[in-house]
Amino acid sequence: MNPIDDLFHRLRDRRSRAFMPFLTAGDPDLATTPLLAQTLIDAGANLLEIGFPYSDPIADGPVIQASYTRALERGLHLDGVFSTCQAIAAKNPSVPLVAMASFSLIHRRGPERFVRQSLESGLSGAVVPDLPVEEAGPLAAVCRQFDFKLILLVSPTTTPERARRIVQTATGFVYCVSVTGITGERASLPSELLDQLRWLRQQTDLPLCVGFGISKPEQVTLLRDHAEGIIVGSAIIRLLETPGQPKELAQRVATLAGSLVKALHE
Amino acid sequence: MPATLSAVPNAVGRFGDYGGRYVPETLIAALDQLDLEYNRAVADPAFQAEFAHWLKVCVNRPSPLYFAERLTRQAGGAKIYLKREDLNHTGAHKINNCIGQALLARRMHKTRIIAETGAGQHGVATATACALFGLPCQVYMGEEDVRRQKLNVFKMRALGTEVVPVRTGSRTLRDAINEAMRDWMASVKTTHYILGSVVGPHPFPRIVRDFQSVIGQETRQQCLEQLGRLPNVVIACVGGGSNSAGMFYPFVDDSSVELVGVEAGGRGTAEGEHASTLVFGQPGVLHGTYSYVLQDADGQTAGVHSISAGLDYPGVGPEHSYWKDTGRVRYTCVGDDAALQAFHLCSRLEGILPALETAHAVVEAMTLAAQRSPDDLIVVCFSGRGDKDCYEVARLEGEEL
Repeated sequence: MNPIDDLFHRLRDRRSRAFMPFLTAGDPDLATTPLLAQTLIDAGANLLEIGFPYSDPIADGPVIQASYTRALERGLHLDGVFSTCQAIAAKNPSVPLVAMASFSLIHRRGPERFVRQSLESGLSGAVVPDLPVEEAGPLAAVCRQFDFKLILLVSPTTTPERARRIVQTATGFVYCVSVTGITGERASLPSELLDQLRWLRQQTDLPLCVGFGISKPEQVTLLRDHAEGIIVGSAIIRLLETPGQPKELAQRVATLAGSLVKALHE
Repeated sequence: MPATLSAVPNAVGRFGDYGGRYVPETLIAALDQLDLEYNRAVADPAFQAEFAHWLKVCVNRPSPLYFAERLTRQAGGAKIYLKREDLNHTGAHKINNCIGQALLARRMHKTRIIAETGAGQHGVATATACALFGLPCQVYMGEEDVRRQKLNVFKMRALGTEVVPVRTGSRTLRDAINEAMRDWMASVKTTHYILGSVVGPHPFPRIVRDFQSVIGQETRQQCLEQLGRLPNVVIACVGGGSNSAGMFYPFVDDSSVELVGVEAGGRGTAEGEHASTLVFGQPGVLHGTYSYVLQDADGQTAGVHSISAGLDYPGVGPEHSYWKDTGRVRYTCVGDDAALQAFHLCSRLEGILPALETAHAVVEAMTLAAQRSPDDLIVVCFSGRGDKDCYEVARLEGEEL
C-alpha cells in the first residue's frame, strides 16, 4: 500500500488528524534539511512536504519563493534534492514524503523519470501547484502506473463541476487552499471554506487537507474538526529567513511545530 | 493539424502542442471568465467598434507604411518599408494591447488593473490606458529595472499609476510577472491583469495577439493599396513576441510571404549571454504556458542578456513555438553590436531613432535586402522609437547625458 494511504487509514482508525509541515530542500542548505525534517517529525509531523526549489514559482507565496531563491543561490541541483529526500526517508520509513514541485521541473526531467527517481528517493507522491486538472492527464497516467500519488488542489473559486473532476483525478489526498487566507484574529472559519469542505466530503472518500497561511495554534483548533490534515508551509519557512546555526534553526522550528501539534491533538 | 495555420488556438488554448494553462487552481476561474468574456467581445460589433475608435483617436492609427529610401539604397537590393508603430501614442506597439485589455476589463466590471513591466514600456502603455479610462492601476517592476529605467518610472507615476518595486529573485521582468500573478490570485474578483505580451496562460496569448493584429492587418491592406501586392518578406523582432505575433498573424495564411522573427543574440551563444529562446531553447513550461524556454538541465530558468531591455525574456509566446515547428516562420538572432550599429544607421539615414528592439529587425532587413532583387519588397515592423534607449546607448559609448 502507498504510505500516504496507509497513514490516513491509521489516522482514521485513531480518529486523529495529520500534521503536514512543509520544508524547502536546501534552505538554508542541503546539510541542514535532514536535521530540520527530523525536528518536525520528532515534534509530531505525520507527513512531510518537501519543496523542490524552482526559479519562477508563480504558484507559491513570497515567503516560499524567497526560500527557493536562497536554496538555488547556493547552487542546488535536483539530484541533491532527491538524495536529501532519500536520507530523510531512510530514517523515517513510516512518515510519507511528498514532493512539492513545479511542472517545469517535472517536464524537463520527463514525467516517468521524475516519478521513478522520486520513488527511489522515498517520496510517495507529489503536489504540482501549477498543474491544473486539464493539463494533468499525462502525468496522472504515469503516477497511476507506479502507484505514486498525484495530489491536486481545490480552491474557493473552483466550481463544483471542476471540483468533481479534480477529486476523480487526484490520489492520496485533496489539497484545499484559500485565496486570501485567514488571519489569526479571526474567531471563526470563513463559511465558504466550511461549506466547500462539507460538499467535497460528499464527492470523495479522499482525505481533505487544508493549507492556507496557517501559523497559529488557534487556527489549528478551529480547523481540526473539519479536515483530515493541516498543512503548514510559510510559517515554518519564515523561521529560516534570519540566518542561524542549524541547532538554533531547529529550535525555532521545534517550538512552532510543538505548539501546532498540541493544538491539533488536545 | 488545423485546416489553416491561422486556426489556432483551439478551445483549450493550444497552438499545436504549445500553450495551455500551467497555473495554480486559484487562477482558473478568472481565466475562464476572461476567456468567456473575450469570446463575447470578439463577437460583439459594438466592442470592436469601440476598440477601433480608441485606436484611431488615442493611439493615432493607422500607422503609416513608410518607404525607407536611404536604407534601401544603402543595402543595395530589395525595397525596405517600415510599419511605423513608433509613431503610436507612447511610442511603441504596446499601447494597442493595453487599450484593448482595458476595454475588456471595463466590460467585465473590474475596477482595478495590475500589470508587469520590464523596461517600463508596457507599464507606461498600461498606465496611459488606465488614465484614459479612469482605472486605478498598479504596475509591478523589478527593483533592478526601477533603478535602470527612472524615466519610465517617472512617467507611470505622472500618469497616476503606482509602481511597485519587486525585490524577489533576479528583481527583473520574470519576477515582476511572478509577483503580478500572485497579486492576481488574491484579487481576481475585482482586478484584471493586463499581461503585456503573447505569453502566459490561455487566453492571454490569443487576446494579446488579436489586439496586436491590427499591425499586420493594416500592413497587409497598405501593401495591397500602396504597392499593389503583398510583400515578399515581413520581419519583426521577438522578445516575448507581441509585435511580431501581431504583424505575422494576418500573413500566416499567405504562403507567398516569407516571415522572419529576430531574437536577441546578445554577446554570444553561451547560456546567459543571449535571449534567443527559439534559436537555442527547447520546449518547457514558464509563466503558465508550454513553449520554447531557456532553461538549465534541471528546468530552472536560465539567465538572459540583451542590449535591449524589451527582448531579454527567457521564454516566448506559444504561437511562435508553433510557427517555428511548422516552419511557417524562420527565427534567427542578431547580436548587441549589430543592433547598436543599426540604431545609428537608421537614425542617420532615415531620421528615425529606432528602439534597440526594433534595431535588431532592421539589421536582418538590411542583410536580406542586400541578397534580394530590387523588385522584392521587405516590410519591417518598426515596433518602437528609441528615445527610451538614448541613456543606455550613451552609457555604452562612454558618454554622459
